[in-house]
Amino acid sequence: MSATAHSVIEPTARERRFAATLIVIYALVTMLPLVWIFMTSLKTPQDSISYPPKVVFGPTLEGYVNLFTTRTRQTPEYMASLPPPETWWDELVRSRNMVIAGPSKFGERFLNSVIIGFGSTFLTIFLGTLAAYAFSRFRVPLKDDLLFFILSTRMMPPVAVAIPIFLMYRQLGLSDTHLGMILLYTAVNLSLAVWLLKGFMDEIPREYEEAAMIDGYTRLQAFRKVVLPQATTGIAATAIFCLIFAWNEYAFALLLTSGTAQTAPPFIPTIIGEGGLDWPAVAAGATLFLLPVLVFTILLRKHLLRGITFGAVRK
Amino acid sequence: MAELALEGIEKAFGTTRALDRLDLDVADGELVVLLGPTGAGKTTTLRTVAGLDRPDAGRVLIGGVDVTSEPPAVRDVAFVFQQYSLYPHYTVFENLAFPLRSPLRRQSAAVIRERVETIARMLKIESKLQNRATRLSGGEMQRVALGRALVREPALFLMDEPLSSLDAKLRETLRVELKRIQQELGATILYVTHDQIEAMTLADRIGVLEQGRLLQIAPPREIYGRPANVDVARRLGSPPINLLPPQLLPDLEAPSATHVVGVRPEDLVLNGRGVASAITQVEHLGADTVVALEANEVRLHALVSGESRLETGTTIHFSVAPDAMLFFDADGRRLDGGGERA
Ligand SMILES: Nc1ncnc2c1ncn2[C@@H]1O[C@H](COP(=O)(O)OP(=O)(O)OP(=O)(O)O)[C@@H](O)[C@H]1O
Ligand SMILES: [Mg+2]
Repeated sequence: MSATAHSVIEPTARERRFAATLIVIYALVTMLPLVWIFMTSLKTPQDSISYPPKVVFGPTLEGYVNLFTTRTRQTPEYMASLPPPETWWDELVRSRNMVIAGPSKFGERFLNSVIIGFGSTFLTIFLGTLAAYAFSRFRVPLKDDLLFFILSTRMMPPVAVAIPIFLMYRQLGLSDTHLGMILLYTAVNLSLAVWLLKGFMDEIPREYEEAAMIDGYTRLQAFRKVVLPQATTGIAATAIFCLIFAWNEYAFALLLTSGTAQTAPPFIPTIIGEGGLDWPAVAAGATLFLLPVLVFTILLRKHLLRGITFGAVRK
Repeated sequence: MAELALEGIEKAFGTTRALDRLDLDVADGELVVLLGPTGAGKTTTLRTVAGLDRPDAGRVLIGGVDVTSEPPAVRDVAFVFQQYSLYPHYTVFENLAFPLRSPLRRQSAAVIRERVETIARMLKIESKLQNRATRLSGGEMQRVALGRALVREPALFLMDEPLSSLDAKLRETLRVELKRIQQELGATILYVTHDQIEAMTLADRIGVLEQGRLLQIAPPREIYGRPANVDVARRLGSPPINLLPPQLLPDLEAPSATHVVGVRPEDLVLNGRGVASAITQVEHLGADTVVALEANEVRLHALVSGESRLETGTTIHFSVAPDAMLFFDADGRRLDGGGERA
């Protein structure tokens, strides 16, 4: 479009500027808590709770060091007897008259979150794609009722069934296991995934698979070669929704996990320092915890945008 | 190549009877065109042959083998769809190579490349091979779709209006090309079209389908000159055949059951004798002129060659050569005694 041409459907330069301003304001408002968390993660414990809050401060990585370690306070005599510190984090801890006793549980909890979050997302997408394809293409008896039933599982808040699940998991030995959490999050996410994915599948004309089947492929091969590549947008969008839910889930994780399979959300608020919560360490944990979803979303953002507009732009 | 036989095919979608006891034979190396109004069951017929739709009753035989319950992949047919034919996530090359890469065929990469390039050259799309299938004009897409059928050497080609989205010139070029390829390969083709020039020029035989029934199947000239009934007569010809009440024509020698007399527009003779009629419109088409007439509240069309000097609003007399008349009874069936020229 040339600079002078005026199109009726394209917004004008002024409308664009107005829209951009609104978006920037909204972005700033929503980003402020995140910026605050990030800033807190770089403060000393004193700075983090000072009033009025400090906006300008000397940044330190103490929060991150505390997040990953457990420390013990020692007598000045013992401190003096130690050889000089080997690393900057040793030095940092010793300046507080403490020594590092060992790694904290944060690494493990974070890994649990990754395993359970991505594991359940993968399982949800795998099952959801096949189910959505079947609902979209085959004559399934009672199809509408089944679809409604699937959706109805999401009509109450999942925590409403927390007690029965808690008891059931104890019976089955699934409490505090990775498998148990993956199955649980998959069960919760699957209904939404089936519905979203069915919408995307419905939009892919079946002529493509039919052409492939005539060209000498079985239905499953046609599904893999022709349907899946065209469903990537929908799959990516659905995967992000599923991952965000599983990643951030707090209530079930708190109830059902305590050790082996505990994820980061119930763990982070329990990081205690001397004399109460260690806010910089909590903030550091929250900051690191945000990263994977952020990266995943940025990687898939093109699909996500198109996915959310539900094929309005797809030809 | 192989012959095709459909025996008593029935297919219903809910309460719609898409195919109604359809019998159809296509001989080895023959090109049969299916003509019919929209919703007649043409696409359903092709889909049944391909195995995409299961018939409720009847048998499908390809090369003498009953394939009624076989999946599409093993029937060895190629299908050119009415729409949505190309895989949008592939390039043109990959689209053309797709059938050859099927697990049933497993051709070597060199053979595939060679074959695809030959076909692309034939269809004049060799410069587009690396394009995304979605980045093509409608005509190019349709040629790729044709190409994807032609890369294989299937037992049978099924083509559902393959030239419908092309411009007139390209349509003609491809039509001629298709006929040449068909004769060269000795290909068996079942072809659906709305375009009667396509039907007349391509077909060894034309089958006229209406409401899932085959009304008549015969060589093009016979369909045109000796249609089995009014519906078939109306299907071919532009402007369409004139259907006149017998009383309009004086001194008519017609069978006694005659209910309607059919006269092709080109068989109306505007010679100043016969029935008086008013000229309501004159359309010059270039080589021909279509003259719209009205006689005793009956509207009819005449086709005269060259540029006519006739004027709207004037009166003219017309007559019909007796051997050009077709007689139909009250049920629309053609009666013997007319259409001797065919
Ligand atoms: N999948 C389907 N579900 C329900 N009805 C169908 C289906 N496919 C076809 N029909 C119906 O069957 C009849 C025949 O359809 P078909 O597609 O064979 O027509 P056609 O002759 O190819 O028409 P066109 O010239 O418009 O392509 C129509 O009445 C159509 O509505
Ligand atoms: Mg059709």
